[in-house]
Amino acid sequence: MAQLILDNISKQFDTTDRAAVSGVSLTVREGGFLALLGPSGCGKTTVLRMIAGFEQPSDGAILLGEKCLADGRAMVPPEHRNMAMVFQSYALWPHMSVAENVGYPLKVRGLSGQARDAKVREALASVRLEKFADRRPADLSGGQRQRVALARCLVTDPDVVLLDEPLANLDRHLRQEMEETFREFHSRSGATMIYVTHDQAEAMALATDVAVMSEGRLLQVATPEEIYARPQGRLVGELIGQGAILSLPLIGEGLRLLDWPAMRALLEDRRPSTQIDILVRPQDVELAEGGVPATVTSVLFEGERYAVRLSLLDGQTLRAFAREAVRVGEKLHVVIRSAWRL
Amino acid sequence: MKQSANPGNSQPRWLFPFVVTVVFVLSALPLGRLAATGIASALTGGARQLLTDPALWEAVYNTLTTSFFGMIAAVILGGGFALLLTLFDIRGKTALGFLFMLPTMIPPQVTALSWIGMTGPSSALLKAVGLAPPLGSPQPLYSLGGIALLYGVQNAPLVYLSLRAGLLALPRDGVEAARLAGASSLQVLKDVILPLSLPGFAAGAAIAFVSCVGNFGIPAILGIPASIYTLPTLIYAKFAAFGSGTFAEISILSALIALLSIVGLVVEARVLRGRDYRVIGLSGQVAVFRLGIWRLPAQLLLWLTILVILVMPLTALVASSLAPAYGVPLTPSTVTVKAYEEILFRQSVTRTAFTNSIGLSLATAFGLLVVAVLVGYFLVRSKSRVTGLISALAEIPYALPGVVLAVAFILLFAAPIPFIGVSIYGTIWIILIAYLSSFLAVSLKPVVSAFRQLDPSLEEAARLSGAGFGQRLTDILVPLVAPAAGASVILVFLIACNELTISALLWSAGTQTLGVAIYNLDDSGSFNLASALSVLVVIMVIALMLLLELMAKRLPKGVVPWRS
Repeated sequence: MAQLILDNISKQFDTTDRAAVSGVSLTVREGGFLALLGPSGCGKTTVLRMIAGFEQPSDGAILLGEKCLADGRAMVPPEHRNMAMVFQSYALWPHMSVAENVGYPLKVRGLSGQARDAKVREALASVRLEKFADRRPADLSGGQRQRVALARCLVTDPDVVLLDEPLANLDRHLRQEMEETFREFHSRSGATMIYVTHDQAEAMALATDVAVMSEGRLLQVATPEEIYARPQGRLVGELIGQGAILSLPLIGEGLRLLDWPAMRALLEDRRPSTQIDILVRPQDVELAEGGVPATVTSVLFEGERYAVRLSLLDGQTLRAFAREAVRVGEKLHVVIRSAWRL
Repeated sequence: MKQSANPGNSQPRWLFPFVVTVVFVLSALPLGRLAATGIASALTGGARQLLTDPALWEAVYNTLTTSFFGMIAAVILGGGFALLLTLFDIRGKTALGFLFMLPTMIPPQVTALSWIGMTGPSSALLKAVGLAPPLGSPQPLYSLGGIALLYGVQNAPLVYLSLRAGLLALPRDGVEAARLAGASSLQVLKDVILPLSLPGFAAGAAIAFVSCVGNFGIPAILGIPASIYTLPTLIYAKFAAFGSGTFAEISILSALIALLSIVGLVVEARVLRGRDYRVIGLSGQVAVFRLGIWRLPAQLLLWLTILVILVMPLTALVASSLAPAYGVPLTPSTVTVKAYEEILFRQSVTRTAFTNSIGLSLATAFGLLVVAVLVGYFLVRSKSRVTGLISALAEIPYALPGVVLAVAFILLFAAPIPFIGVSIYGTIWIILIAYLSSFLAVSLKPVVSAFRQLDPSLEEAARLSGAGFGQRLTDILVPLVAPAAGASVILVFLIACNELTISALLWSAGTQTLGVAIYNLDDSGSFNLASALSVLVVIMVIALMLLLELMAKRLPKGVVPWRS
């Protein structure tokens, strides 16, 4: 095993003008768990399919340690990459039993008899499906099918495990359970894992590193904590957390983390100047006297609190949480405890 | 690790050349040869002699009139059945639909024989009930009208299917909206349903016309005794009286038939353009109208029609096969199974025909299965632009009348194959190649729709598991398309076993097929033997159709041709 390197890869499909992926460079350390995060159509699945070998990059190279898996001219076919993948549709073969599904990669590698049976049993035990070995995939629930797909990845000790929105078809309760299974799987197998998702909470909860993509480009790669605290650029800011983005005049090149006095100065500054983007998360907005005036435009009761949408004097929108009910149209004052310059 | 040059797609490197070779040999080569000979003989003046021959223009006239009136009859019969069975609350729809579809799978020469057995002075059935016209009165079906009528019966199912597909795809909410707007059932029918179903009518009519133009079995049995020739039977006659100019003449005649067919197919394609069943995708029923007090008469009418077009001719066929000789009245004392003994145990000609037809059909069905799985896989998986061309080329031989294809293969193989120096002309191999060509589309269609339904990730998961193409094929792909592949084998077997047109031109001593044997028995006056052989063929057809009917639930939509 070794680290997986994407070196400036691009993908241009014949059917469209725009490149699906352009100039993505990324290094996934050995044993890392990388989440590829982005809205649908951002090219994250294409990146995953290039790593798997289902698509060939038009430009750039993919390396696993010293070995070149693919470049613009040639590539190793998926059959010879020693990778495994959990598909969004699970891709279980309906004509095979659960044990046959899980054992198929071993069968292809020429392993048979007791050695194969033992490995299959072990893999099924690790996803707690030993009792289901002789069932058909059609007889299983969605979560169980997902675990079979995972067990199929486990049996061969792959160099890289790829997961393509594996939780998209599951309900919320099952998602949490499966997230736990994935974490467990990662820490036990030590395999390098790449996880494609459009759900930022999923990415944050699972991955050791998060890569954010938009329109075929890589915007930022960092740990979940880093990317939450210090997002780079407006697109990442919009995608991570539920913050509102304010356009405010630029005053000097100061700190990026802004406190209330700094924010107040920006908000009250009326001079025309270059605008900058400031990310304000709702938990940092306090409804308190002494702040800037704002009007409530909508209120949503979320159970433990109220989610409030506010309009500032110049019409920009801000989001906040409130402990007590407020009315739409009510005039309030808000204090912004902390904000991040994007 | 192995590197390969073009691996993003999942196909092995030999697949593309294989597909191109298959389609070239089975489609482009024979059709190109036919076109080349046709053009060459037209240019060298061979055409002038033919075009001044009144027999040609009479055959053109006969072909056009019988096909036109046959089409009208098919539209009335098939359209009526489709409207009544699809839109109204008729009981026993499944049985009626299945019985109505039977004639299209029964070989045309058998249809013709059974109708002859039902009418005319020598009908064993009419004699048995004492209704036969006096001896010496003419057989009414030996006429243009008789040929047209049987064309109508044979091809009505094509109109039925086309119209029914259109009716089932009608948006149900459109009908309901018209209802809510205050329209009565009759107004909905008149203002919404019939206008929307016109393309189905037109397409069905066009395809029925094409099928009539290329029909050989019916005019061969009904027309030749009365010296009425259509274009396909004229080719047959010219070919039987082989002369120096025969190749030139038959190539021009086939080109004429091909042109007439292409006109019909273009009409069909035009009226169906933009009608995408998948987008509409309504699997449910169209709003069913209540017939009220008219239900019983309507049901009676439908069953009566089935009785006249199917039950009575087949009964007559059975009666003829059980009569001791043609024209002898069938009574309990004269019933005999001698004809069956004769064809099954005594006549070496019919036994050879059985062996030939079953052997040819098995070889065609299983040979095409291998081809269809590989070509179908290529057509579905390949992103290349040539797939459109390849699938069109694979479709053409089946769309063209069999007689055109037969002539194309005669021209192609009349001389020994270059380089090898072997001649397959007059052997069973030329029939086999012509069958492979003609039925490629039949075999391909179920397999392609099965591949299209297959989630690509099933194969991708196998690739990541390390399975190469051969292993994926045997472990994953073939088991998953197996029901459709089974249907494709049965369909091809069914159609090939009943085939007459191609083998009528390509057979020689020892290579006759069942279709040829039936035709020759009838031609030589052994009507009861021809009937007995036909009865066996009909039994086989019904058995295979029932088998497919039982499989239908496990097959992709549109695989079983008589179900919509």
